[in-house]
Amino acid sequence: MVCAGTGCVSCGSLQLRERLEAELKDRGLADEVKVVITGCNGFCAEGPIMVVYPEGIFYKKLTPEDVPFLVEEHFLKGRPVQKFLYTGPIVKEKVPLLKDIPFFEHQVLRALRNRGLIDAENIDEYIARDGYAALSKVLSSMKPEEVIQEVKTSGLRGRGGAGFPTGQKWEEGRRYDSFPKFVICNGDEGDPGAFMDRSVLEADPHSVLEGITICGYAIDAHQGYVYVRAEYPLAIHRLNIAIEQARNYGLLGKDILGSGFDFDIGIYPGAGAFVCGESTALMYSLEGKRGMPRIKPPRSTEAGLWSQPTVLNNVETFANVPPILLKGGQWFASLGTEGSKGTKVFALTGTVQNVGLIEVPMGTTLRKIVFDIGGGISDKREFKAIQIGGPSGACLPSSLLDLEVDFDSLDDAGAMMGSGGLVAMNDSTCMVDTARFFTDFSVDESCGKCVPCRVGLKVMLNILNRITTGQGTMEDIDLLEQLGKHIKSSSHCGLGKSAPNPVLSTIRYFRNEYEAHIKEKRCPALVCTSLIKFRVDPEKCKMCGLCKKACPMEAITWEKKTPAVINVEKCIRCRSCIQACKFTAIE
Amino acid sequence: MEASKIDRIVRQYGARESAILAILQDIQAEEKYLPRETLEYVSQKMRIPMVHVFRIATFYNALSLKPRGRHKIDVCLGTACHVRGGDKILDKLERDLGISVGETTKDKRFTLESVHCVGCCSLGPVAVIDGDVHGRLSQEKVPGLLKDFK
Repeated sequence: MVCAGTGCVSCGSLQLRERLEAELKDRGLADEVKVVITGCNGFCAEGPIMVVYPEGIFYKKLTPEDVPFLVEEHFLKGRPVQKFLYTGPIVKEKVPLLKDIPFFEHQVLRALRNRGLIDAENIDEYIARDGYAALSKVLSSMKPEEVIQEVKTSGLRGRGGAGFPTGQKWEEGRRYDSFPKFVICNGDEGDPGAFMDRSVLEADPHSVLEGITICGYAIDAHQGYVYVRAEYPLAIHRLNIAIEQARNYGLLGKDILGSGFDFDIGIYPGAGAFVCGESTALMYSLEGKRGMPRIKPPRSTEAGLWSQPTVLNNVETFANVPPILLKGGQWFASLGTEGSKGTKVFALTGTVQNVGLIEVPMGTTLRKIVFDIGGGISDKREFKAIQIGGPSGACLPSSLLDLEVDFDSLDDAGAMMGSGGLVAMNDSTCMVDTARFFTDFSVDESCGKCVPCRVGLKVMLNILNRITTGQGTMEDIDLLEQLGKHIKSSSHCGLGKSAPNPVLSTIRYFRNEYEAHIKEKRCPALVCTSLIKFRVDPEKCKMCGLCKKACPMEAITWEKKTPAVINVEKCIRCRSCIQACKFTAIE
Repeated sequence: MEASKIDRIVRQYGARESAILAILQDIQAEEKYLPRETLEYVSQKMRIPMVHVFRIATFYNALSLKPRGRHKIDVCLGTACHVRGGDKILDKLERDLGISVGETTKDKRFTLESVHCVGCCSLGPVAVIDGDVHGRLSQEKVPGLLKDFK
């Protein structure tokens, strides 16, 4: 199994596959060993990844040049190649089996049940893993109302961010007697730092198609659309293949499985507008209009695409549907917390050791995610914050590491589940700058329709710019909080309603950093360049010369046994020296 | 762009209003941007007012009204790349190419743009050149990255 998710492909996994197939053929092993290209395995940090079954031996960071040796040792002589195995983060031992690697050990795979196990471009492999069994069960033995009831029993809530109960949404979609109706799958995954939907679409497109079709049956719709970001070409490619195969197998199109139910699915590529992840904006975009949200109600379930009843769910939500119908809502609800059932897929990134895609039961603590699965903070740095929910989420401090993550607990902490991006930040991250970064993003992506979001966010950004350049006042903090609350309560859509969250949460949890910027004109993490002196402290300087090497402008003079000196005239304030210095000697 | 090519693209999707975004994206994929005359032709051909075509063309980040270079570099400035130094990759590219983000080099070789997340967060910092993802970048790797593009 060679991983061919976008991450591993960009590290050369396709070249690896070619070389592997050629080598196996040369050695006469082509009939015994089958090379399968899978979707994202999840452990992207170690790519390109290869897993050899039946044993489940996990190889990492392979190059085509490694192949002859690997084939010789593993496939001919039958011994795992030590140097390509994964090394444990704490006990420095080789871990040959995938299931023993801490990154995988703590995960429970439901939405990602087929990841790394099947060839995403081959429908037979999906079917072999119970694929389309749920659809066949639904069409042959269940009434639409029963399907909806099962989804309600499961307690599944929308995985796109807001967490609306899926069963309830379907019920509403069914209730309105206006035809045609539509099902839309939202794959416009715009949150920076999130790639769950991309990975699901790349690794297991059929599970999403099956979920959409089941939803179509439940609400009596005959047409579905998948709206995918144009930034995900591989996902679009694999979806196209999957739809074609499903049509050939009679799993899409007229009279599916002889049941008399007709349903088809089309793909619609987005064009780089974050706001189109909002349901009503997405529907306008599908209609060929500007993707700008409208006021609700009416909800989309009453008047959605072309003003017809429409059920819109996220990619991960649909991927969760087939096993619910196959194994029952009770089974699904057996995991998770009171208000949030099942599992959640997170994209764990930032400055942790093991970045990648993970799936854990709802209610797992942040500490377990960051330290047990993520392997802790990389580069021997300290944990500072975890950012959850993208630009609509919040930065949570270490005091909240024991928070059990579900929809409601995050809400209470001033954060949001969002689509599931988790970005770990170490002590070299400035929280004011992070708040500024997200506000800048939201200003950029605001569609401009309503005043609080269009103007209010811009004003917030101006204030943050003042603070990060040393011109802030203490009143600015109050003003930010006031503005943030107003924008949240008076904006049209989810983008504006949540855009102040990064600012409000950093003020709530990291107020001291704002105060340092304002009162002391100092950026504690040395990120805001206007507040850095770019001066070497001769007391702290260990005269190693690393800063001189790192400087792109040759602005640093240094000789052995003398402290370095930065020539401020030449310096372009790029911070290369600060990152190179191991002794925090530059201030 | 020749009229026959535009006709072919429009025919493929049908002259429905809902197809306008896909049609403009296909035109952009061939031309690298949306020339004014082409937009006017599309408007007449599809019987959609020019003002509406223009509304679409100016709303979406993927569409550009300005000519672009032969190769397009998108530097990711999403959160994960941001905390791993994506801005420094952009700085270095701006310095080496002598242009600011959003601009095209004089010799039309490169257009430099930034994007918010391409979903390859585990490889950050990341840049996408002509659709290929280049991950685990550092300032030192930038010159080597550019040399193969003519």
